[in-house]
Amino acid sequence: MKKLSTSKIFYCIYIGIIFAFFYLPIAVTMFFSFNSSKSLTHFTGFSMRWYVNLISDNEIMAAVSVSISIAIFATIIATILGTITSIGLSKCKKIVRELLLNVNNVPIMNPEIVTAIGFMILFSSLRISKGYMTMLLAHIAFCTPYVITSVYPKVKTLDPNLVDAALDLGATPFQALYKVLLPMLKEGIFAGALLAFTMSFDDFVISYFVTGNGVSNISIIVYNMTKRTNPTINALSTIVISIIFLTMLVVKIVPYIVRKRRKETLHEKIS
Amino acid sequence: MKHFKHMTGPYILWSAAFIVIPFLLIILYAFTDGGLSLMDASFSLDSFQEIIDPLYVTVFSRSFQVGLITTALCFLLGYPMAYMITKFDEKVQPILILFTTIPMWINLLLRTYAWISILSDNGIFNMLLGKLGLAPVSIMYTGISVNIGLVCNFLPFMILPIYTSLSKMDPALLEAAYDLGANKLQAFTRVVFKYSLPGVLNGVILTFLMAISAFVIPKLLGGGQYTLLGNLIENQFISVGNWNFGSAISFILAVVILFTISFLKRIDPDDED
Repeated sequence: MKKLSTSKIFYCIYIGIIFAFFYLPIAVTMFFSFNSSKSLTHFTGFSMRWYVNLISDNEIMAAVSVSISIAIFATIIATILGTITSIGLSKCKKIVRELLLNVNNVPIMNPEIVTAIGFMILFSSLRISKGYMTMLLAHIAFCTPYVITSVYPKVKTLDPNLVDAALDLGATPFQALYKVLLPMLKEGIFAGALLAFTMSFDDFVISYFVTGNGVSNISIIVYNMTKRTNPTINALSTIVISIIFLTMLVVKIVPYIVRKRRKETLHEKIS
Repeated sequence: MKHFKHMTGPYILWSAAFIVIPFLLIILYAFTDGGLSLMDASFSLDSFQEIIDPLYVTVFSRSFQVGLITTALCFLLGYPMAYMITKFDEKVQPILILFTTIPMWINLLLRTYAWISILSDNGIFNMLLGKLGLAPVSIMYTGISVNIGLVCNFLPFMILPIYTSLSKMDPALLEAAYDLGANKLQAFTRVVFKYSLPGVLNGVILTFLMAISAFVIPKLLGGGQYTLLGNLIENQFISVGNWNFGSAISFILAVVILFTISFLKRIDPDDED
């Protein structure tokens, strides 16, 4: 028994080191965002000056609003497109389905840079001037495959007779879709939308190649500013990372707690 | 029953426009020599011959080397991690896995930016060395900083598939091995490791493919000096303007990666599709 616990301690230390490797750099960035001087190695005192700088920096605030608005639009459109495609896929001919699923996998498996230059060549050869619209189109295009990969497996698990039953009971096809199919696919759609949002919000490579006319998102701004030390980026980084971190914790932990509560109330009812 | 059949229509058009046509355009540019305009382009393999230039061969071999080193380091660090996680209580495991996954959701640029302030010449790492009375070292803008960034970024992609394979293993198998007279090492190499092989294969190939096509990390942590395949492609499109050559490299990279992954999917028993 003693031996087991010493190996457990060793495991904890090792896992701790790996987590430190993941999180320490991020923690350091956050810590120095509250530094009163420009130094990224010596903490001279607590200050919010970099956050004040951040809010008054028009270039960065513009990039933040581009990142957020593109992520919202791309998520909505990609989720709708991905969901209706997933439902349609389960009903169409096998050859169409296999072909479309394979094509859909290409952007997921391809290196991002190849997908990015594909979009860049496409927009250039169509002589579409690069900017907000091209970035939005590209984001919808690379997010939709991820929505399909999280919704389609859920569609496959549904009983194919469900829709027929709804139709037999007098539902219109739209009602069958809205009242029967969508509620059953809720989890997959939500997972797909979350994936699409974070993929779009964090994207750098594809945005970098398809943007133009001075339109930048957060990643592009950070990329352009890494040449010199700039604590304003640390402040931005702290806010963005905190939001993503909290969202992930809430999204992963809330369903767990809800499930636990349900189990508990169930137990109470039984006893 | 046929009502929802046509719902794939919009995406068939969409994927033709945004997946198939861009890919065909890359192929078109890779196999022609007309420069930016496709009007006076004619079939040519010049771009592929250009790759034999020693300058570009170096980039290919360096990318390959970086891929191998990153994959080896990820495996050496990631396998023990995945193994140890499975030894924890079943309620603790999801939490450990959650903290392994979270970095994957955080903006890559911001994570890489964080490493710059630590590894740069007057950064925190050198400051700590100085406090210990050691001479400062120059890590930033070398292969070391690039590899640190890549390992930090790709390690979760190694840990997760190995963990998935290991957690499916029935613990009774291990007891059986001991009962049949295996010692600890034999039980590990003959039972545990064999069982985790699909995950290892998945993790190794994924990490390698992502490392050879990485573009942001070598650019930020390697400075201009450390050109990998991804950076070469960017140069051809953004600075040099040689779309034919850029497309040819992209084409090779895409073909290698798409074939490897579809091969992997075919032999992977964990994959239900």
